[in-house]
Amino acid sequence: MTHKASKELLRVEDLHKQYGDNEVLKGVSLTANSGDVISIIGSSGSGKSTWLRCINFLEQPTSGRIIVAGEEVKLLPGSKDALKVADPKQLQKIRTRLSMVFQHFNLWGHMTVLQNIIEAPIHVLGLSKKEAMERAERYLERVGVWKFRDTYPAHMSGGQQQRVAIARALAMEPEALLFDEPTSALDPELVGEVLKVMRSIAEEGRTMLVVTHEMGFAREVANHVVFVHQGRVEEEGDPREVLTRPNSERLQQFLSGNLK
Amino acid sequence: MDALIEYSPSLLAGAWVTLKVAILSLLLAVSTGLFGAACKLSKIAPLRWWTALYTTVVRGVPDLVMMLLVFYGGQVLLNQVSDRLEWEMIELNAFAAGVLTIGFIFGAYFTETFRGAFQAVPVGQMEAGRAYGMSGWQVFWRILFPQMLRYALPGMGNNWLVLLKSTAIVSMIGLSDMTWLADQAGRTTHQPFAFYLAVCVLYLAMTSVSNAVFQRLERRYNVGVREANV
Amino acid sequence: MEWFDLTVVTGSLPEFWRGLWMTLQLTAIALVVGFAFAVPLSIARVSKNPWMSAPVRAYTYFFRGTPMLVQLLLVYYGVGQSEWIQGMWETGNPFWLLFRDAYFCALVAFSLNTCAYQLEMFAGAIRNTPHGEVEAATAMGMTRATALRRIILPSALRRALPPLSNEVILMLQGSAIASAVTLVDLTGAARNVYSRHYAPFEAFIFAGLLYLAVTFILVGLFRVAENRWLAHLQPRRSASAQKD
Repeated sequence: MTHKASKELLRVEDLHKQYGDNEVLKGVSLTANSGDVISIIGSSGSGKSTWLRCINFLEQPTSGRIIVAGEEVKLLPGSKDALKVADPKQLQKIRTRLSMVFQHFNLWGHMTVLQNIIEAPIHVLGLSKKEAMERAERYLERVGVWKFRDTYPAHMSGGQQQRVAIARALAMEPEALLFDEPTSALDPELVGEVLKVMRSIAEEGRTMLVVTHEMGFAREVANHVVFVHQGRVEEEGDPREVLTRPNSERLQQFLSGNLK
Repeated sequence: MDALIEYSPSLLAGAWVTLKVAILSLLLAVSTGLFGAACKLSKIAPLRWWTALYTTVVRGVPDLVMMLLVFYGGQVLLNQVSDRLEWEMIELNAFAAGVLTIGFIFGAYFTETFRGAFQAVPVGQMEAGRAYGMSGWQVFWRILFPQMLRYALPGMGNNWLVLLKSTAIVSMIGLSDMTWLADQAGRTTHQPFAFYLAVCVLYLAMTSVSNAVFQRLERRYNVGVREANV
Repeated sequence: MEWFDLTVVTGSLPEFWRGLWMTLQLTAIALVVGFAFAVPLSIARVSKNPWMSAPVRAYTYFFRGTPMLVQLLLVYYGVGQSEWIQGMWETGNPFWLLFRDAYFCALVAFSLNTCAYQLEMFAGAIRNTPHGEVEAATAMGMTRATALRRIILPSALRRALPPLSNEVILMLQGSAIASAVTLVDLTGAARNVYSRHYAPFEAFIFAGLLYLAVTFILVGLFRVAENRWLAHLQPRRSASAQKD
């Protein structure tokens, strides 16, 4: 699926996250090389979204290491449940290398599609308006929503908004893209158009981490699948094996509850 | 009718004073309100408590009583201070007392308006900003504040209208706003009805203009929304 | 010079109580009278017949768009200006003589004012009646009048309770302007105490505290009322908590 040299882009080591007495992540790890499309699956409450949100520090991990393109995020002890980021500027930089696509799109409602795309490139990456507009045009075309560039998010369907959100993520030209249940909030008819876009950017060779319920995507597009259960990695591997001949019983149960 | 025409310059001068008091009070109230909303939403408990005390007291005490307290009490305080520091006597004029009181009172109402508006902006908006590497300040100015204003505008419009009408009580501490001038003119000409009616018309004109302005503002800020928020 | 001389307050307590009593009277009577007229007027306000709704609209436009102080002055000083009314006074006509009385004039002005606000609240609540409830009433053969009386109004009045409670508080504080026409309400009493002792802090802070106390009591009462009469609009608690 990928012909790039396998460069390690993201590594998570022994990540723990607890909220008071509730330990949501009990030591999870993964490594993503360039071009990997990793699908993280599991039932609700398994901790998979929390894992993703710890990677870009929307949640603060309790312990563990996060290394992005060889650079480790420097952490300090903070409160009982949460480490603190040592260098906010480093965090900002790291975040620009990991774009996120949210379950509820989170497009900025007071801005048009075009303004949404160029906002972070201009104000965080420091690109000129011209450069940002070039990127915007390229990625909006890529994703098939260039015609909506002057539209406000509220006037678009969920599927269109999510595709715009993907374009917004691509416009940052990140090392890796993080997808937090990108189709869970969509009406069934709209899921397909978003999955199509995700598949096409995967085939381009992008590195993607996708938390999802869509087994079809995991089976056909991902090159690695991770099954999370109650904060631990139960089983992982090549989706063509793991999803058809699961070893762990829990994964069997999870998959049978997921008849497609 | 002739009396009205004869006195119209001074009535309009009074209207100008009313407007000045209202606008300056508005500026004070809005800044106080933004600060108050920040306090109410802060993690520091004493800030929240003091702000809660402030809004409770303001809504439980009549505007007039506060104004009398500020005007007469303020003068006493200023006298004591200038005595202690051996300065010349500073006079607290009715205009300052009026603006300070009304600004202080409506600061509480704006605190509630802004607090509700800040809380109405979906959390995901700020999360997306942070996830894309924006600094806290950037998230506030480019994402939170513009969207907060959209939710705040209806409340701000209402507060302004109430504020505008409440300026009439400054006439009771002798400030020559249009109510006071109508009172004087009415006594002199023995035609109080005409003058009070004229003042009413002027207030109605001001509220109508304000309504039009706020409607335009709301339309501009609602441009990204499908339906208005109640 | 002491900071706060409590004896100023304690020495004038009877005056304060009398003032408080006057304030409560003015507020309560104005609210009740306003309410009595607001209910029928709100029905006229939502009427599709422009002959009914337009005059009411003009009335609320005027009384909600101008300060209550000016309305008070208009009634007290303005009415007495009319020669026709003065003629009435000459003849000793008891009704019109009332308008010489500051207390009466204040009540008229306050009632007119609060009636306008209450009327709009009720009109809004009537308009917000869930359409299905009205349809059900019609489908069961109720006349418009019966539906109004048994379904729409009770429902609307309950829904108007929160803004109504706000109006009660506002009226309490608005009544302070009564001292503009020489009435000695609580604020008037405070002003007298101030001018006698030159003690602005003692006089006005104590008056403020009294207003605050009454406000708290009213807010508490309204919360009880809302719990009782708006319970049907709250989200359901567990089935075991349901009585009858």
